[in-house]
Amino acid sequence: MLDLINVSYDTQIPNNVGLSSDRKVLKALERWHPGYINWWNDLIPENFQKSDVYLRTAVSVDPKGWAKFDYVKMPEYRWGVLLAPQVEDRTVPCGEHYGQPAWQEVPGEYRNMLKRLIVIQGDTEPGSVEQQRFLGKTAPSLYDLRNLFQVNVEEGRHLWAMVYLLFKYFGRDGREEADDLLRRSSGSEEAPRMLGAFNEETPDWLSFFMFTYFTDRDGKMQLESLAQSGFDPLSRTCRFMLTEEAHHMFVGETGVGRIVERTCQAMKEAGISDPYDIDKIRDLGVIDLPTIQKKLNLHYSLSLDLFGQEVSTNAANAFNAGIKGRYMEQRIDDDHRLTGDTYVVRSVRDGTIVTEDVPALTAINMRLRDDYVRDASGGVGRWNKAIAKAGVDFELKLPHEGFHRQIGVFSSVNVDPEGKILSREEWEAKSKDWLPTKADGDFIQSLMVPCYEPGQFASWIAPPKVGIDNKPGDFEYVKLHMA
Amino acid sequence: MTLPMKQHLIDPEICIRCYTCEMSCPVGAIEHDDNNVVVNADSCDECMACIPVCPTGSIDNWRIVAEPYSLEEQYGWEELPEQEDIALAAGGDTDDDDPIAALLAEAHKGAGGRPVAPASAARPSVNLYPLSKPVAAIVQGNYRLTDDPDHDVRHIILDFGGQSFPVLEGQSIGILPPGEDAEGRAHLPRLYSVSSPRDGERPNFHNVSLTVKREPGGVCSTYLCDLEQGAEVRVTGPWGQTFLMPQDPDARLLMICTGTGSAPMRAFTMHRQRAMAGGDGDMVLFFGARTPESLPYFGPLKKVPDTMLKKHLVFSRIEGQPKEYVQDRLIAAQDDVAAMLSDPATHIYICGLRGMEEGVERAFTSIAESIGEHWAALRDKMRDDGRYHVETY
Repeated sequence: MLDLINVSYDTQIPNNVGLSSDRKVLKALERWHPGYINWWNDLIPENFQKSDVYLRTAVSVDPKGWAKFDYVKMPEYRWGVLLAPQVEDRTVPCGEHYGQPAWQEVPGEYRNMLKRLIVIQGDTEPGSVEQQRFLGKTAPSLYDLRNLFQVNVEEGRHLWAMVYLLFKYFGRDGREEADDLLRRSSGSEEAPRMLGAFNEETPDWLSFFMFTYFTDRDGKMQLESLAQSGFDPLSRTCRFMLTEEAHHMFVGETGVGRIVERTCQAMKEAGISDPYDIDKIRDLGVIDLPTIQKKLNLHYSLSLDLFGQEVSTNAANAFNAGIKGRYMEQRIDDDHRLTGDTYVVRSVRDGTIVTEDVPALTAINMRLRDDYVRDASGGVGRWNKAIAKAGVDFELKLPHEGFHRQIGVFSSVNVDPEGKILSREEWEAKSKDWLPTKADGDFIQSLMVPCYEPGQFASWIAPPKVGIDNKPGDFEYVKLHMA
Repeated sequence: MTLPMKQHLIDPEICIRCYTCEMSCPVGAIEHDDNNVVVNADSCDECMACIPVCPTGSIDNWRIVAEPYSLEEQYGWEELPEQEDIALAAGGDTDDDDPIAALLAEAHKGAGGRPVAPASAARPSVNLYPLSKPVAAIVQGNYRLTDDPDHDVRHIILDFGGQSFPVLEGQSIGILPPGEDAEGRAHLPRLYSVSSPRDGERPNFHNVSLTVKREPGGVCSTYLCDLEQGAEVRVTGPWGQTFLMPQDPDARLLMICTGTGSAPMRAFTMHRQRAMAGGDGDMVLFFGARTPESLPYFGPLKKVPDTMLKKHLVFSRIEGQPKEYVQDRLIAAQDDVAAMLSDPATHIYICGLRGMEEGVERAFTSIAESIGEHWAALRDKMRDDGRYHVETY
């Protein structure tokens, strides 16, 4: 019998989908494999490729087997195809096919819609690795370097997950799309990544932590809604990806938290109580809280753009088709069809922000974004607790949802972090107080010097409370290859 | 719930509320509000499925508590409370449990799937004294139970002094024999099912009895059977979270055992006797041995009234009589057994040498057929309901 829990290594590609007896897909994946390895090797500097990194690898998709820790050289990481176990008698959880058996094959009428969703999801995964390619050179510790690489190899595996679906279910088009996923490149002029936020560079570690906290959280919400898909293979893939995604949330939340903690600690030691005494604080070799707020504003607003138009017929169609559900669809107590329901969205009318009821079906994006905002505010609360605990009078805040938006109803107006609509002139005069300036970026960049001694951390970040895999503080998470 | 207990908790300062643990918990013991992710002490069965999936390390926290922290208390936390000063060696190292978990899994595998505790079972304490921190017990007595030179079975009573060692009927304790094996490593513990009820061999003394057969060449059984009164023994545990008796007074018990497999059955019987003094026990026992002389507790058993416990003592080596095994008696009593099988209040317990499993399974298959049931399906359902328990060795 096919073992659908444990990862099989009987082909070059570890998997729990019986690849060795699926010659066609196996052949397609094997043809794609060298291109992937080239892409990886071109991206990560050579000495890191040769370093031993303490990574977790999944050997099965049940809780006992998906986090085996050991030293691995990254090009030898066991990327593979892992699907969560099939749920018996699963049904389409939403839309007009609600309650019908979930599809094991692509329904013809939804083929293009599904392919597009899979390609967009797949495009973000390598995109983020590309954005983060230079960070290893300035890692504040071996611990952080290891976390960066863990995030990177798992984004790589998520690309594999989407590519498998393309090969398995979309024939020739699928193969072309899979090749294009390696052809496009973050920030490229000719072939950029599909979504804006994945073409911005990640210039420093504060940006990286903000990115993993805010932007990867969008990824998590998208995966959550695809995990509700009536197309069962997509649902199973996304469910397993979500277990890995949790690590990325962790890196972001604790990364920002440790920077905040270190800043407060340094201020206290130096007897500085005013968090806006920016020059003095920066002289301590730490990042002042107002600058952290600016970075938060930037990454949060870019991430909100990823949810698309507030009112969207595409989203309505995907939900109605049962291709994409809502966050925690099964726990929502309604008819899961939304035919007569309404949902409250914010909109701009005659220069003011108003709320209005729209058909709930068209507000699927908005609803997911509201769920995201709720999810994202949790960590901000934790950061503020650390600030309060240190006795510093400052509070980090999520800006208004209309602030600094390029997509959706707010893209036509300038909104300040409190939600007030500003004139173009007012915005231009004030935006430097809300968004990181070049000088802010230069200062952060000046702190970005590597710290590769086991157990040591750069001046601007506190050590973690707990090690990865419960390792002690001076554990050598990366054994650096010295050329 | 026996107290004090070891409670599973999540460190709110380190947790990032990704809810991966909640999604991986097979019994739904983990839940969250906007503030914290918390573990329900009533339903967590310490299966550890949530431990490796946690990205943060916040999940692997334990406190020995006299009263478990409620969900409300946990929701209000900003940090974990300190370990309170409870007169116990604080257990901790979960790595410790692995050899024990393996021993238990091996013993329970005859149930044909993941065992589940009876729905109304009391919650057991486990791992209060991990392998790395065993507790010392004093031998209060060591009595020979059998009158058969080839079958030296002992009733050994251990006293934990002032130290708390809460143990439920059906649970096991680990004995660490002194000395080392041929490769110079310390011996692994041997597990023994307790044969005394939860309030103690002597009521309210919380001492514990074991039923131990001397095995030729057995390191631990030889050590135990030779112990003198007053000797000190290193004990770990308690262990086992599924082979437990139902608290529900209407539950019926069908117990099948051979030899020292009678230990948990003795504990069950004594607990019901004490809890329902004079009442109807609704328990049936099938107990196999070679002869009456080699059947542990033969004398005391005979004195238990039939209203409390219906006894089938079955012997395979009585001169002049055909050999009879427990499965033969099950078939002989098949109308009664069939009636119990079709009653959803019935809980089945099988304990003894591994060799008994096959015959018992065969008997059940035939009896189930007689009432139009498919045994494997019925057994799986009973097991999933917490009503079918096997512990063999």
